[in-house]
Amino acid sequence: MDAPRRLAEKFTEPALEAGQALWFLFRMLAGLRFTPSQILSVLQQVYLVGARSLVIIMICGFFVGMVLSLQAINALEQFGASEQVSLLVGKSLFRELGPVLTALLFAGRAGTAITAEIGLMKATNQIEAMELMAIDPVQRVALPRFAAGVISVPLLTALFNAMAILGSVVFSIGVMDLDAGIYWSKLQTGVYFARDLMQGVWKSFVFGGTISLIAVYFGYSSRPTGAGVGTATTNTVVLSSVLILVFDFIMTSFLT
Amino acid sequence: MQSTSPDHSPKAEPIVRIRDLVFRRGRRTILDGVSLDIPRGSIVAFMGPSGVGKTTILKLISGQLTPQSGSIEVNGRDVSKLTRNELRRFRRDIGVLLQDGALFTDLTVFENIATPIREHSKLPEPLIRRLVMSKLSAVGLGGIEDRMPHELSGGMARRVAFARAVVLDPCLMLYDEPTTGLDPIAVSTVQTLMRETNNVLGLTSIVVTHNVAQVRKLADYCFILSEARIAGQGTPDELRASDDPGVDQFMHGKVEGPIPFHYRSPDAPWSLLD
Repeated sequence: MDAPRRLAEKFTEPALEAGQALWFLFRMLAGLRFTPSQILSVLQQVYLVGARSLVIIMICGFFVGMVLSLQAINALEQFGASEQVSLLVGKSLFRELGPVLTALLFAGRAGTAITAEIGLMKATNQIEAMELMAIDPVQRVALPRFAAGVISVPLLTALFNAMAILGSVVFSIGVMDLDAGIYWSKLQTGVYFARDLMQGVWKSFVFGGTISLIAVYFGYSSRPTGAGVGTATTNTVVLSSVLILVFDFIMTSFLT
Repeated sequence: MQSTSPDHSPKAEPIVRIRDLVFRRGRRTILDGVSLDIPRGSIVAFMGPSGVGKTTILKLISGQLTPQSGSIEVNGRDVSKLTRNELRRFRRDIGVLLQDGALFTDLTVFENIATPIREHSKLPEPLIRRLVMSKLSAVGLGGIEDRMPHELSGGMARRVAFARAVVLDPCLMLYDEPTTGLDPIAVSTVQTLMRETNNVLGLTSIVVTHNVAQVRKLADYCFILSEARIAGQGTPDELRASDDPGVDQFMHGKVEGPIPFHYRSPDAPWSLLD
């Protein structure tokens, strides 16, 4: 008797959760007022979740650029086409690797921090205290963190891309001794603004929104115990990573 | 200090009136047909063993929970029937001190106390500053406004939370285990603050506690909850002298008595033996 119901719940529960997360998003967006205090708290969060992810994003970007160039040059050398390296690096980076890797790093660095912070605020009754003061915690706690994520991820992606190109330049021109003029001209003529660069920008906005929504929602709906906050934090990373890759495929198939 | 004596006369309109209140969580009945009045200006305590539903009563009064049946009127209005906006306005008039203070850990002491004012008024900054500083010095903590909550001792944090709870001059204060985990000096300080604030500002205070000694010092009237009902009520002295077995067991901390040591789960196998 119970088995079919439990099986049905396995399917209905994620749908219910997704619906609740979207309702949560609606509640946050309904409170957007652009008042000075709201803008100030968003900027504070941009600093806390965005600016503090700068170092990890820059280091990773630099090494991704170097390894991409190394692999590309190895492969292209067989056809005598090593000078095409900037084209390959540029296209793969701006369209795919930049937004996806930045989003994955952001989910691990900032997404977890947001979930844990909100979960702990709940466990220490701070959220309840806000409700009792007639302050809406969704507006006060969740909205600034969500908005900060949506703003930060595209900016971090741009920085990741810039550092990756720098890494690629250092390796290709500095180490492999390729011609700098050819490198830059191939990058300039072969990588298109609308088709390549903007594809990555749209993706990074969607990824930023996805991670931030998951992070604030899981934090807000976590069980107010140590184990509950731990589980919520893990779920944030797992679900963010999966959804980033799923949305990446869906967006690529529509944008290309 | 002149004390405002609570009005226990039947004619005076009580600030909180609870009638036939039933609250269930899942299959468990937490409160079953509770009716009581809380007179204006008094300090009323709810006592009872852990998990009996004391905090639930506070949450029902503050509108955080909705009862399955029955009514809770505060100032003549049924809390469970308030709309979202009405509930918002209602909560501006009540102050709540939660178990551990629940200070916002990302804000300074000053900003913690200023938060309710900023949220519910458009007062100019100098006035907000004066209000916050006066409340802070009223709790004896002038000069710590720039500290973060993690830099405060437990007693100080509780006093800051107290200042935050009364900053909008509420007419009803709700305290959930206000002195749990504090040292004896901090306990006395918080109790004195509660009593003085109640008298000077003419508030009504509802305190949830299982500290019998505290109730004797602080409360004008108390209710003892047991097994989803009110097992006894009266002034602390009346309750101490009560010969009701449940009241006597609780007030004197006896193991033997009608309040069971074992939690009776409806799913437990021994229920089959009954």
